[in-house]
Amino acid sequence: MVLENNRLVELDRAGVRRGASWLVRGVDLSVSPGEIVTLIGPNGSGKSTTAKMTLGILKPSEGSSRRKTGLSVGYVPQKLAIDWTLPLSVRRFMRLTNALSDAECSTALEQTGASRLIGLEMRTLSGGELQRVMLARAIARRPDLLVLDEPVQGVDYAGEISIYNLISEIRNTLGCGILMISHDLHVVMAAADQVICLNGHVCCRGTPSDVSKDDNYQALFGARAGLGLAVYEHHHDHVHLPDGTVKHADGSLCTDCPGEHQGHDHGDPGVSTGAGNA
Amino acid sequence: MLDDFFTRALVAGIGVAIVAGPLGCFVIWRRMAYFGDTLSHAALLGVALSLLFDVNTTLAVGGTSIILAVLLVSLRRSETLSSDALLGLLSHSALALGLVCLAFMTWVRVDLLGLLFGDILAVTRLDIAMIYAGGALVLTVLVLIWRRLFAATVNPDLAGGEGLQPERMELVFMILTAIVIAISLKIVGALLITALLIIPAAAARRVSSSPEQMAILAAFAGAASVVGGLYTSLNYDTPSGPSIVVAALVLFVISLVPWGRLVTRMRTGSQE
Repeated sequence: MVLENNRLVELDRAGVRRGASWLVRGVDLSVSPGEIVTLIGPNGSGKSTTAKMTLGILKPSEGSSRRKTGLSVGYVPQKLAIDWTLPLSVRRFMRLTNALSDAECSTALEQTGASRLIGLEMRTLSGGELQRVMLARAIARRPDLLVLDEPVQGVDYAGEISIYNLISEIRNTLGCGILMISHDLHVVMAAADQVICLNGHVCCRGTPSDVSKDDNYQALFGARAGLGLAVYEHHHDHVHLPDGTVKHADGSLCTDCPGEHQGHDHGDPGVSTGAGNA
Repeated sequence: MLDDFFTRALVAGIGVAIVAGPLGCFVIWRRMAYFGDTLSHAALLGVALSLLFDVNTTLAVGGTSIILAVLLVSLRRSETLSSDALLGLLSHSALALGLVCLAFMTWVRVDLLGLLFGDILAVTRLDIAMIYAGGALVLTVLVLIWRRLFAATVNPDLAGGEGLQPERMELVFMILTAIVIAISLKIVGALLITALLIIPAAAARRVSSSPEQMAILAAFAGAASVVGGLYTSLNYDTPSGPSIVVAALVLFVISLVPWGRLVTRMRTGSQE
């Protein structure tokens, strides 16, 4: 199917009904290449359902859901439970839906800061590690469309920011469209091109700054939610990678820094005190 | 070589085990043990039908199981009944219905014990041909759909989102299971087929580090159980099905022993 304006996916007045009640109804949505669309909303507002409709996992009870022919998708579902009976290593999981070379796997895992996990069993991973591995698997496929259902759940605060940075970086390098669900309002607001605020229906939509000023949005999340936009103007001069190494602002790595932080330098990323740490 | 009934039983049993192992892994992974039970109990209904209409038993059993499998998959999709209760209902109804039908057919003498628990004496050359033809078909299809079926097993939403058609894979898998049940009926019997699917796969779990390895080891464990069980059956005049299942159980218990730790302890012990 060829969609107008080169769109990857399109929902048209789509809704899903379970029994007598609607999980979500009347959603219009489209994702184009290079665009980040974010779904926000309270629990049970139909965010995951909308994402599943977009992917064709759920058929809309009304309206329509259309995808570009031959669309390749990278999907990070909200939950992934691996049973003990399944001997599944990260290495094998990376190749779950298509064949990949070792290099492709390790590059993707490196991007999400999870390369040291490659030999581990999936069911031994912590929540944050699992998210990083799932994201790596999805991007290793080099998809046209990435669908991320709460990609940073369980990821620590510093990791969260680096993952959101990675997501916008992937959008730029792969040129793929991204449909993302998140609770983390301010980070979402900083990265998205279009925000759709759901609560059983589309309650408001637009650019992040439009949405944050919208009355419906403020009624749903409180007036203070809009203030979150400025949060990330404060930066550390180094980040902690998940394997315990420290990456400094100038890109250098430090594997055996002492536990104590001495050289934090807030607000001025130009001055690196990384050498003093070693 | 196939003149000897015991050789025929061995060849047939090993053929069944090689197919049942990999398929049994999926039964375990997908938590479908009861599903397999239902299908195999329905096999008895298939036997009754085959006698009634005078057709080949394996074909009749296969047909009945496939119809039931398709029925179960579609009922499950409609999400009206909890699958646990539904399976319990169908499983035992099919078994009872089969037994009642067989009792009605007074003109045929059926070896009921053989049907329920397997009968190595009954394996014919035709059975062997059907086991290997059916088994080759099942294995070929399984290899072809392996990645898609496995992805659907790990997470149906993920597989569906990335276009791997998990529902279709599930249906194909159910049909494959039905075929395996049809060809294993004579070897292990209707009541114990699920054991041949599950126990070798469970025994393979602890010593496997990848799904593919587990499938292959399950096939080996199944074949070893068949050999062990059939020899026991021959020497001690025990029914073949239960003997094979007991042999598989022994393998499973052996797999539970933490061999690695024992060996290390013995080595460190001898150094002291």
